[in-house]
Amino acid sequence: MTPLSFEWQWNIEYLIFMGLLYLALAIIGAGLIFTLIKTWFELHDKED
Amino acid sequence: MDSALIPEGATRCSAGRFFLWTLPWLGLLAWGGLSAVLCFVLGLNQTNMSNIFAFALWIVFDLAVIALGAGAFFTGFLTYIIGRKELKNIINAAVIIGFICYSGAMGMLGIDIGQPIRGWFIFWHANIHSMLVEVSFCITCYLVVLSIEYLPIILENRGLQKIKELKLFGHNLHHIMALFAATGTFLSFFHQGSLGGMFGVMYARPFAAREGFFIWPWTFFLFILSAIAAGPCFTILCTKLTEALSRKKLVPDNAIQLLARISGWLLGSYLILKIADTIGWIYGIVPRAGQTFMDFYREGPYGIWLLVCEIFVFGVIPAIMLLTPGIRKNTKWLILASIMNCTGIVLNRFMFIVVTLAIPVMPFDRFWSYLPTWQEWGIGFAVIGYGFLVFSLSYRYLPLFPKERELNHTIN
Repeated sequence: MTPLSFEWQWNIEYLIFMGLLYLALAIIGAGLIFTLIKTWFELHDKED
Repeated sequence: MDSALIPEGATRCSAGRFFLWTLPWLGLLAWGGLSAVLCFVLGLNQTNMSNIFAFALWIVFDLAVIALGAGAFFTGFLTYIIGRKELKNIINAAVIIGFICYSGAMGMLGIDIGQPIRGWFIFWHANIHSMLVEVSFCITCYLVVLSIEYLPIILENRGLQKIKELKLFGHNLHHIMALFAATGTFLSFFHQGSLGGMFGVMYARPFAAREGFFIWPWTFFLFILSAIAAGPCFTILCTKLTEALSRKKLVPDNAIQLLARISGWLLGSYLILKIADTIGWIYGIVPRAGQTFMDFYREGPYGIWLLVCEIFVFGVIPAIMLLTPGIRKNTKWLILASIMNCTGIVLNRFMFIVVTLAIPVMPFDRFWSYLPTWQEWGIGFAVIGYGFLVFSLSYRYLPLFPKERELNHTIN
């Protein structure tokens, strides 16, 4: 069991299937966080 | 009344006229809303779905709109990954059409599963060997990607541009759009394919079953190819409809022609593979299942004419039309070819869903027929109403077409 999969099993099938899902989610999340941080820094730069 | 929100330099009809335009779409939404309430309160007995037709009209709508919405990821792929700059003039419209199609499909699925409150089960208790689970995961993630792609377009609204934080956030989001376009392409590739794979692995139903490569039946690849062949044509159709209704030119011809040409090549390639697949199926899977080709078309209303229509009338003919520059450059023929292309893909999805389930698989079995109830039609048409409403609002308040002002010589 992992926090995102109740029936998690340690085998290659789970690693590939869930791994690709987590990878896609991580890319989406990282993209959004990067944009938010960049916006925050640029706003503060302008204020300075 | 709402002129402060209308894109700078663009002309739009009066607020009252726009409200009148939205009334039919609001009516469709109300019909869908009533149908949804009945399904939630009284159950799925409001539909003509059964143990035979567990997949019915809603899934036909779902698969059709998901295929037609493929223009979003494919245009995004061509624009941001391949670098076809001319498509930047149509990418906003493609993204919104994709968002409408996917969110509409998800809404319809929420009703289709009967108990949407348990919808999260598919994520928590994931059967990783199920194509349907892969479809659910990818569609959900891709809807998130589409929402992110839609966000900077919304933030370009004149009113929202006054808020500098939102303006900067939208600008920065737009800068890394290639990342989201690449993720969207990856997710779309797999869910479009798995939607086809889902039918190809139905070995007990020889009408749909197919051989394939590794774990993927040929339908996996055919569904991807047919979606990216029809998606751009649907984007062209929506754009041309907006141009006709607004009596303006909104997208330069080079962008439309590029999409149409690519669509033509993809449709042509798809048809070659589809015909090869059909021949392989006729001489492979069908005799091995102890049946003949005509056994599938003997009973009920779904005769061989459906296959002829799908492959030749709505396949080969539009492919030739889209590949012939003289025909493609004529707007009326282009629209006709796009309509035929989109009809072909809807017919393909209908055959894989409804006809597959209608055909008997056992010697003692009989042909099953299915007709949707008004509640099922209500939910389906609500998606169309929702689509018209969201696209109309987006066109009115957002700078959907970057070249609109230039092409229409509108003075600010």
